[in-house]
Parts: sequence; C-alpha cells; structure tokens
Amino acid sequence: MDLTEFAEEVGAAGPVTIAGLATRGGPVDGVRTVMAPTGIEAFTPDEMTVRCGAGTPMEELDDALARHGQAVVIPPTGTVGGALAVGRSGLRRLGYGPMRDALLQARFVNAAGELVTAGGPTVKNVSGFDLCRLLVGSWGTLGFLAEVLLRTRPLSAFEQWFTSTADPDQLLRSLYRPTSVLWDGSHAWILLEGHRDDVLAQAAEHDLTPADPPAELPTGGRWSMPPSELASLVGRDGRFVAEMGVGIVHHERPAPAPTVDASIVELHRRIKARFDPTGRLNPGVDVLARS
Amino acid sequence: MSSLTDDLIAVLGRDRVHDGVAHRSLYRKDASNMEGATSVVCLPRTTDEVRACVESANRHGVPFVARGSGTGLAGGAVPLDGEVVISLSRMTDIVSVDPVNRRAWVQPGVLNLDLSNQLQHLGVHFAPDPSSQQTCSIGGNVANNSGGPHCLAEGVTNAHVLAVKVVLPDGSVTVLGGDDPEPVGYDLRGVFVGSEGMLGIATEVCVKLTQNYPAVRTMLMDFADVSDGAATVSGIIAAGMVPAAIEMMDQLCLEAVEAYIHAGLPVESAAALLVEVVGLPHELEHQVERIVAIAHEHRVNDVRVAQDEAERQLLWKGRKSAFGAIANIEPDYYLHDTVVPRSKLPDVLEQIYEIARRHELQVLNVFHAGDGNLHPLLVYDARIPGTIERVHAAGREIVEASVAAGGALSGEHGIGLEKRDYMHLMFSDVDLAAQNALRCAFDPEMRANPGKVLPSPSSCAEINAIPKPEGAWI
Repeated sequence: MDLTEFAEEVGAAGPVTIAGLATRGGPVDGVRTVMAPTGIEAFTPDEMTVRCGAGTPMEELDDALARHGQAVVIPPTGTVGGALAVGRSGLRRLGYGPMRDALLQARFVNAAGELVTAGGPTVKNVSGFDLCRLLVGSWGTLGFLAEVLLRTRPLSAFEQWFTSTADPDQLLRSLYRPTSVLWDGSHAWILLEGHRDDVLAQAAEHDLTPADPPAELPTGGRWSMPPSELASLVGRDGRFVAEMGVGIVHHERPAPAPTVDASIVELHRRIKARFDPTGRLNPGVDVLARS
Repeated sequence: MSSLTDDLIAVLGRDRVHDGVAHRSLYRKDASNMEGATSVVCLPRTTDEVRACVESANRHGVPFVARGSGTGLAGGAVPLDGEVVISLSRMTDIVSVDPVNRRAWVQPGVLNLDLSNQLQHLGVHFAPDPSSQQTCSIGGNVANNSGGPHCLAEGVTNAHVLAVKVVLPDGSVTVLGGDDPEPVGYDLRGVFVGSEGMLGIATEVCVKLTQNYPAVRTMLMDFADVSDGAATVSGIIAAGMVPAAIEMMDQLCLEAVEAYIHAGLPVESAAALLVEVVGLPHELEHQVERIVAIAHEHRVNDVRVAQDEAERQLLWKGRKSAFGAIANIEPDYYLHDTVVPRSKLPDVLEQIYEIARRHELQVLNVFHAGDGNLHPLLVYDARIPGTIERVHAAGREIVEASVAAGGALSGEHGIGLEKRDYMHLMFSDVDLAAQNALRCAFDPEMRANPGKVLPSPSSCAEINAIPKPEGAWI
C-alpha cells in the first residue's frame, strides 16, 4: 500500500488530528484533519494474518475475514486504526486476550511526517523494541497509524450465551476457558465457545441456562479494577455489569479518577517529548486523563 | 570518595558483592559465545536493594547490566566494558497468588519451570516454555519476551505479563501496567517486556497463569519430504486450527536424537512433526481427526499417537533433548533463531541446507514450525582452524535469507549483541531512531545495559538536545 500520500498529508509542521468514523469521540476540534488509508491489502488465511489500511472500517474487515472463518480480536465498530489507538478490548477479553496482542506490525507517520515501521511481519517476533505496544492505546499522540498487520484467529464452530445465579468466582474456577463471564451482582452471563457437544456438556455440568447476552450495558463509566476487587461493587450505588476475571466494569456512574504515580507521569512526558517534540499530533489529548 | 564496591557492600553486605577474579570471570558472559568484562557483581534480594545498587552505580557513573539465570543466547546479559552486574538470582519468592483470576506476583529470579511446578496444585501453569525452562528465570523471560513450543496457541511472554514493578535507570521505583485491565496512559508494560534490560530492572512481575488442559493428544507424523511436512503445517492453520504446539525436526536431528534417547523416532524420514492438541474431549477428537486427514493429503508416512503420558513425555523428551544429542556429532554448536512466514518454510529450509553445504558445515533443524520460528543448529568443531569464521558467515546468510523471505531477525532469543548489527536488515534508520527515542525516554544517560539491541552509534545526546517548546503536551 502506498502510504507516501498520507505521510505528506500529515506533513512535518503545524497541528494535525486524525479522524476515523467518529465512533469513539472523533478528532480534535478546530485542527486540520487527516484520514488514514483504507482497504485490505493482503489477507493470508494460512498465515492467520491480515494487512490493511488503518482507516479500514471494522465492519469491512470482519466481513472479509468471516468469509474464511476467521476474525480479529478488535471490537467491531469504527475503524481498525481508531480501535487500536483507543486500545479498549471487547467483552471477549477473558477468552481471547486483550486486543493489543493482535497488532503484529504497524507503519505509522511520525511527527516529522516520516513513515516508520514498528514490530515485525511474522506472528512471532522479538526484534528490537516493540513500538506496536506503545501505539496501541496512545490516542494518536505519538504517531498516526497508516497500515497495520494483524493476527487473526479462527471463528469457533459454535457459541452460546448462558445465564446462571451461581457464584461467578466459582464459575471462573471450574469452567474451562469461558470466552466471557459477566456479572451484575446477582446474575452471571457466560459465553462458551467450541465444539457444540463440549459447550453443552460444560453447560449441563454447571447448571447453566441458555440465554441472550445482557441486553444493554450501563454506559456511565468504564471502570478498570483488579478483578479480585469486583465483589466490592455489590451494595454500592449504581447498576453495573462487570467482566469477571478481567476487571472492566460497565457502570452507571463515572469511573473514579485514577491515581497516577509521578514516575509514570514523567515517563509519559519524556516519551511524548521524544516522539512529538512540538506537540502537533492530536494536540490537547492527554492520555493520562482518559478514563 | 568511597569505591563503588564499598558502596555496594554497605548496601548488601560483603557476602553478596563480588569483585574477585572468579566471579568477574563467571559473570562476563551468558550462554552465548560472547564475553565482555564486569567490575563487580552484586546479588540483591529486594526491590529496595536493587534500587540501592542502581543508585550506587549511578553515583559512580558506571552503567549496570541486569542478569537472570544467564541462559540467554544473544549476549543480552554480557557486560561490555566493566558494567556492574546486578544478578536477580536471589529474588526467588512467589509473592502472592490469585487462583480465581489466575495471576501471581513473583520475583524475577523464580525459575520458569519452578513457577509452574509450584502452582500445579491450583490447576494452572505459566504458558511460555522455553527449552531452557528448567534453568531460565521469569525476569529473563520478561527481558527477552521468551517463547517456547506452547506459545503457538498461548502467545509469548508479553501476553502473560500483566504488570512489572521496575527500578528505572534513574533509580526510581514504579509499576508499569497493572493488576487492573486498562491502566491509564501508554502501555509501558508492553514495551518493557522484551526490552532486554535496557529500560530498567524488573523486581516483581505480575504473571498471568494459564488453566491446565483437561485433555491432551500428542502425535508424531513423519514425511519423506520436508516440504510435505511444511505444507501440513500450513494446511492445519488454514483449516482454522491452532494446536497447542507444532514442532518440526529434520532427518539429521531425528538421527541424533534417536541415538541419544532411543524413542523409536522415524530416522529414515526427511522430517517429522510433533503436534499437540489440547482442550475438551469432543473438540480434541475432531481436531485430531482433521489433522491426521490433512497429513494424509500431504503424503504422511506414519502417524504415531502417544498412547499414554509416558509415551507423550518420551516424544517431548526427543524434541527438548536435541541440544544434548548433538554433542555426539560435533563438540560445538551455534543455535540460530529467525522467523519466516509459514508458507516460506520449505523454501528457506532449502536455502539453509544450501548455505551449510557451501560453508562445509552440518546443520540440524529443530524448530517451532507452527509459527515459522526456525532454529538451525550449526554443528562444528571449534578446534579446526577457520571453522568459527565459516560458522559466522553461514549464520549471517541464514539471517539474511530469513529476513529476505519476509521474516524477522529473532523469534524468541532477542537481539542482544548477537544481532545488534543486523537490525538494519529489518529496520530503516528512521525506524531505529524511533526505537532509540523510546530507550532514551526511559534512560537518557544510557545507564541500563548499554550497547545492546540498537546498532551503534545510537546515542541519546542528539535527541536530548531537542528543545521542548513552551506549551507542548503534558
């Protein structure tokens, strides 16, 4: 994919912001806006990798992968690059792992308008500092994703949501690799995947009832808690649905302000200063204030 | 002013600070064939002691090198020029375990296999399983982002580290990542894992623990042609299956191992695959059936399914004892580590045989075929003049062939010293400057394990000089 045009658009001077489909808040107001290249460059099912423009809509990517029975561990809205820049995993993190692990290689445009390659072209790679890790969740403050290589995974033959009133910790202990266990303080929802007979056998053994997933999740705040502390949410104000074993809480109330260690603040300041010394990329976005 | 050694003794006591010839000689190298020099070796037991060691080194302007078990193969723990070696081998506590959410805080000196063995009663293990797992440490795994056969399905170390308590190069102590899933800010945990001791020293690691498998099926499949074996690997993945492990051994390796352990390996065949499938019973049977069918499509000679745990252990022993077995062929070996796309395995293997032939060397291949992670073993006798030079020349060509095939310099051993000067094969100057920018943000004085990973000259001085304009972000 020719990315030089995109790099030239980002340029080397002046404030600039990047837009996707505005499903996660959109670009910075009042700043020159660019959009990343779109389109699937190469999908290699027998490598389980796909290379695409960062501006590619997730819907388009998911459709193309599903035709070969594969998927990526990225929540299904907005653009690929937007999802990666924000870095928030979906409800299946317990089973699939965090979305950050899906990014194998990235080509991004740095603050000097240069194309930079981070990570490696293979599913396994430990060659040098892995800047892909830094880019996921960086909200476009260190560079703008242009093209990404993602690890795919096979779609399961069968999946089914269930509900249960059992203690969610007990479910976590005894179920074999559930994809998701959600809990609202009284009911649990469990997503199982795999061979149909295995799923039904696990469900029978644990007395699970087939059900729809929770109809809607509270959207007041996205809390991030150590999963061992999730039980403490019960009896406190506000409706919630917690991702058990993970620690994400979809809450009616805004998340408590995080405390950030002074050393961490200083590292962020230095990283930003090294990658974007004039603060031109997504100006005003403070990744430490996001919650 | 007191000497650095005196300062370290004041912190750790005389019995955990060593500047004698014997210790300095032992700690000037790792498991690679590279060596340097250290002025003093210290053995802290706590985060506070590590911090004090770093501060002492900084006061005296001497850089430091953190060291785990010293099993690294790329020279990552080799002190280049009198650095203080800070060995984490005395920090061996499992600090806390959360069996419900399957995670544990451990000190970096805990050995990889010890961790899994000690937590076995909870039905969990630490998934990355390098061949050196009996002796390598969790801290070393973090530094190198280590892999292993079972990382095909489970992912390498980065996917199994939730947080790291670190002593930063300036001596401050903080936690990168967290026990919660979305700590605010950049994923500093993610960049720390695999940074080969250049961003600071891990003094406690929050590891993810993996649920043990309800059932396991292990198969040995042999082929008359290497490319049939490789095509089977691609076929399995293309069919939507990710087995727990897919390992390959070529004929010379099969012969060497069979002579060593007598496991009834197919020594007449060009290659054998060791495939392990895990999970719940129906899925397991279904996958075994499909994998066997795919192997038959690619002219498999024979499929041997381990009938019990003892046979399974024997097959794995064959895979894991390859490095011991080769001592029967030649006294020395050089183990390489590169990655290629799976579809390029037959082509690159053919090139590797050709390179070895041209340099009059024997090569054995035993590797993680499922993720394309090659481990060509060049065997030789270093006493024969000119041999080492041929080994190095062949090694370089193997690395070049792998990268040219769309691969990577290293899959799990890291860059260290060994491949530092190969980084240009994979990265442009601009790419490397971005990696150096990260290093310099953590360590502007270049105190932590200097001279590794990034090709020289890579200094922070030039970019240290970039002025920070008023009103810049944060």
